[in-house]
Amino acid sequence: MASTSAIESIDSFFSAFIKKKLIGPIEAAGKFFIFAQKAIASIFAKPFRGSEIIQHLEFVGNQSIGIILLTGAFTGLALSFQIWIGFSLLGASDLVGPTVALAITREIGPVLTGLVIAARAGGAMAAQLGTMRVSEQIDALEVMGVEPIQYLVGPRVLAAVLATPLLCALFDFIAMAASYMLSVHFLGLDEGVYWERIQLWVDPSYVYEGLIKTAIFGLFFGLFCTFRGFTASGGARGVGEATNRGVVVSMVMVIVLDYFVSNFIRFYYLIT
Amino acid sequence: MDQQQDVIKDIKKTEYAIEIDHLKKSFDGGKDFVLKGIDLKIPKGSITMVIGFSGTGKSVLMKHILGLMKPTAGEVRVLGKSLSKMTKSELHKFRINLGVMFQYSALFDSFTALGNASFPLLEHRREMSLEEAEKIAGEKLIQSGLDSKHFHKLPSEMSGGMRKRVGLARALALDPQILLYDEPTTGLDPILTEMVDNLIYDTHHSRKGSTSVVISHDLHAAFRIGDHVVMLHEGKVLKQGKPEDFLNSDDPLINKFVSTGVRREE
Ligand SMILES: Nc1ncnc2c1ncn2[C@@H]1O[C@H](COP(=O)(O)OP(=O)(O)OP(=O)(O)O)[C@@H](O)[C@H]1O
Ligand SMILES: [Mg+2]
Repeated sequence: MASTSAIESIDSFFSAFIKKKLIGPIEAAGKFFIFAQKAIASIFAKPFRGSEIIQHLEFVGNQSIGIILLTGAFTGLALSFQIWIGFSLLGASDLVGPTVALAITREIGPVLTGLVIAARAGGAMAAQLGTMRVSEQIDALEVMGVEPIQYLVGPRVLAAVLATPLLCALFDFIAMAASYMLSVHFLGLDEGVYWERIQLWVDPSYVYEGLIKTAIFGLFFGLFCTFRGFTASGGARGVGEATNRGVVVSMVMVIVLDYFVSNFIRFYYLIT
Repeated sequence: MDQQQDVIKDIKKTEYAIEIDHLKKSFDGGKDFVLKGIDLKIPKGSITMVIGFSGTGKSVLMKHILGLMKPTAGEVRVLGKSLSKMTKSELHKFRINLGVMFQYSALFDSFTALGNASFPLLEHRREMSLEEAEKIAGEKLIQSGLDSKHFHKLPSEMSGGMRKRVGLARALALDPQILLYDEPTTGLDPILTEMVDNLIYDTHHSRKGSTSVVISHDLHAAFRIGDHVVMLHEGKVLKQGKPEDFLNSDDPLINKFVSTGVRREE
């Protein structure tokens, strides 16, 4: 008797352990993928949510311009200055322009835009939908015969996918403008050399690569933050948790996805 | 349109607005049942009060009537149609027959009173212009007792009573045949409680043939406005009948509820 119960308790311990550590996350991932699939399909479903989409584009895009200008300008300034200090020791200050341009267009622009917008817009999405969930507004929508994913999630995700690359382009532009100002007008680099080297080293495809990456970041944080909000439960605490988890995971995933998508794009260029 | 005709045909066939057979619901795969086999018929044209202690599954029952939850076992028929046999899009269309006033009103917090009340019209009558929708919504708001000077307030700028009125106007927007109220008076002061009870009563009697289902803790309201009372206890129907039957009952649980008439916290 005693031994069977010991085995049983070990058994139940392991099954509980497996359930918590293994099946739980897999189940959560499965739910997320089903949600993501529904959300993407809903963008193309009728009725077309034009005014909703414009409203969220305004929120994700227009209202982020200030913060992007600020972060972009200071990133361009700081990066140029640091690189200039190092390169001028080696007498390679001609290369400040292209080095900054490469770093901004390929990595720093997309990643910082992704991080800033995921925190700002993604956080708001998770909080809004979470509040709507716990205050029964989503139930109310459903009861009124409105498909809540189509009404609430589709337009937000689409806005994130469209607006994030545009903001990245803005970030790239303003960072380079700031870099140019500092390098040419304050650090005394030659204007002609500065631009000539950039043209020589930086390919337009690097900029496009950044835009593709940010569209993917937008897709991810749009889906994940709305998923967190949509499935929130447990009052104000639940909304806070959903927002927190949504933003943290989105920000980490921007950095993780950046690596994989960059490699994938490089691989794509290699084979074509 | 077909849907509508089907429904009208079915309505003639049945005298019950809502029929529930052996409804069971478990949230943990069958270990523990919240609803343990509910049989219930809610007559058309009446005000039915669903009462019971906190946590007995009243809200869960309502979510089954709305098709927001799927039964673990059993069947729910609304206006003669089985909800579990409908596809998701049929269910979405069918729901225009149901209006719901939620416990905490569940108003959309980015819309004004008028925006909330016109939302169902703009969604379901896509051919309708904004002006037309707002005109009808305005009428519903007035009918629910909201003064037109509050039409452009956001939910965050309204009092609890105003929110209830807007919630009712929104529920009424599409002229549903069945109106459900989830605890419309819980947490309100006595004056507001009486106002909401009267609102339910007047709304019901101003709309011929409509059915109202009110989930409540408040037994006094059940007696005051109810035609038919259903008492749930631990996931089962303990008793259903006329309000008087509850006063003359010798079941100790019913007596306890009748004598306290208030929420029992676990
Ligand atoms: N989505 C859910 N998942 C798991 N359990 C749930 C869910 N919804 C309700 N329950 C459980 O079902 C039981 C009944 O809940 P319900 O909300 O129906 O009670 P109620 O009768 O409406 O109570 P109250 O009068 O306090 O509103 C509770 O024990 C609750 O924990
Ligand atoms: Mg309840």
